[in-house]
Amino acid sequence: MAERPIVSISHLSKSYRRGDQVVPVLRDITLDIARGEFIALMGPSGSGKSTLLNLIAGIDKPDAGTLLVDGEDITTLGEADLADWRASHVGFVFQFYNLMPVLDAFENVELPLLLTSLSRRERRERVETALGLVGLADRMEHYPNELSGGQQQRVAIARAIITDPAIIVADEPTGDLDRKSAEEILGLLRRLNAEMAKTVIMVTHDWHAVESARRVTHLEKGELVDEPAGARAERNKRL
Amino acid sequence: MYYLKLVFKNIFRHRLRSALTIAGLVVAILAFGLLQTVVHAWYAGADMASATRLITRNATSLVFPLPIYYRERIKAIGGVKAVAVSNWFGGIYKDQSYGNFFPQFAVDQDIWFDLYPEFRTRPDELLAWKKDRQGAMIGRQLADQHGFKVGDTIPLQGAIFPGTWEFHVSGIFEPRDDTTITRQMYFHWDYLNEEMKKKFPKRAEYAGLFVVQIDDGSRAAEVSQAIDREFRNSLAETLTETEKAFQLGFVAQTETIVMAVRVVSFVVILIIFAVVANTMAMTARERLAEYATLKALGFGPGFVGALILGESVMITAIGGAIGILATFPVAAVFKSLLGAMFPVFRVAPDTIALQCLAALAVGLAAGIVPSVRAARVRIVEGLRYIG
Repeated sequence: MAERPIVSISHLSKSYRRGDQVVPVLRDITLDIARGEFIALMGPSGSGKSTLLNLIAGIDKPDAGTLLVDGEDITTLGEADLADWRASHVGFVFQFYNLMPVLDAFENVELPLLLTSLSRRERRERVETALGLVGLADRMEHYPNELSGGQQQRVAIARAIITDPAIIVADEPTGDLDRKSAEEILGLLRRLNAEMAKTVIMVTHDWHAVESARRVTHLEKGELVDEPAGARAERNKRL
Repeated sequence: MYYLKLVFKNIFRHRLRSALTIAGLVVAILAFGLLQTVVHAWYAGADMASATRLITRNATSLVFPLPIYYRERIKAIGGVKAVAVSNWFGGIYKDQSYGNFFPQFAVDQDIWFDLYPEFRTRPDELLAWKKDRQGAMIGRQLADQHGFKVGDTIPLQGAIFPGTWEFHVSGIFEPRDDTTITRQMYFHWDYLNEEMKKKFPKRAEYAGLFVVQIDDGSRAAEVSQAIDREFRNSLAETLTETEKAFQLGFVAQTETIVMAVRVVSFVVILIIFAVVANTMAMTARERLAEYATLKALGFGPGFVGALILGESVMITAIGGAIGILATFPVAAVFKSLLGAMFPVFRVAPDTIALQCLAALAVGLAAGIVPSVRAARVRIVEGLRYIG
């Protein structure tokens, strides 16, 4: 029997209100993501890929459809339950890192652990491990403004994995980085996927980033589409 | 712990902005405290009034005197323990400038200080005063203000009682505590009366008012009525009231000024509230992405809201604390400058309590709206926000 997908989306729709207008963003999306998969969501601006990522991550709610994550329909959860669910199931990596500027690297990574019952010592051990994993063991006391973009994103990745979530959602994780830093970040995400069996769901425009993914899904005007000819040509060219 | 750490670190994120806001708070809380102290100082005379002292004066007006023989008749009324005469003298020392003004009263030297235990006298000085017809007892504040010492002669030019009057400083009385006013001078009513007999016989044998000591403060109304009944339908009907009511009568003449001072003190708080509210609104708006991130990580709206509210309260607590601490030295400077106007100018405990309350209220009120907004921010909208 095939393993149950970690994310199972069925007939998901989402629209936004702009004044009196209702703007559909996602239409009737049905998608399964297998446990341990590294999937890239691609598409032009406004195609709905970030919205889809937000829905999967439980920071937004759909208008219709079901969204099962690890068998749990997160669309039915209330605000407080959803916050608890996010804390334990999802790790976030944002384009602009979204670190707390007043906290140093150690404190930023420790932040999600404050919602757990771990002791101070246990938290310290975990944070040191996570920062060691992303290669920043010697930068623990550095504040975000004392780190490069790539280093900040590595701190963000350490923060994303600190609670050992099953899913890592990454919204344009290399969008604000130079090529070298981007490659390091993608390498880290690949490691998390390959060595720690994390399911990585990544929104990106970056063809280099796409190469790290095992599966690529395209969205256009809020719908899942087959890989467009232009995209296929670009991929083939790179391969 | 982590919460407090975050709040503290956030406060000093924009050092200049926080410093200016705190400076504004210091000035506002200080000004509020000083204005409240002015109001207190205004009522200082009434505050030191005793519950067992009544004032009997002419019912028509304070400017009309009462015959001196009323003293014996009042003394005979039930519940009255002692009666002393007191006359406002209104003499001019050196010139009519405000700095040289001080109150002088002609009083019953034999019992006066028995009626006012809040004035501490030395027995030898008191005895010397009683023996010297031209003797005067002066308060500590007055002595310090003009450098008077025992043995000095104080010349006064009579304004109500014409002539040049000379008084010998027999002693200096001390205040019981810092609420006691000692910026006045007492001398023998007998001396005044004898001079009047010689120069203006028709003005002799009159008292400005009587200070009546009663046995039981709870019987003040009853005794007052009895005194006034005693002189009903006489040529000089009396009006007797408690010493506090008598003093408040003076304050009532300037009630509008006191009210204005009170209103201004609260307007100051209102202004600083607007300043802090603006600061907190800006702060919350700039950090929407951070609050959204915290919420995405699993922190609840309560935590996010408490961050802003805590920061607002902490800023006002720092500013308030410095403002309260600064009130004492600044009030001392004010006292040295305005001693002639406010003999008692002290920062009362309830003023400090009001300052604390004002700072706390500003912190809570200024933080509540931005705090609720931050708590309610939708994660996806907050993450899109570029501060």
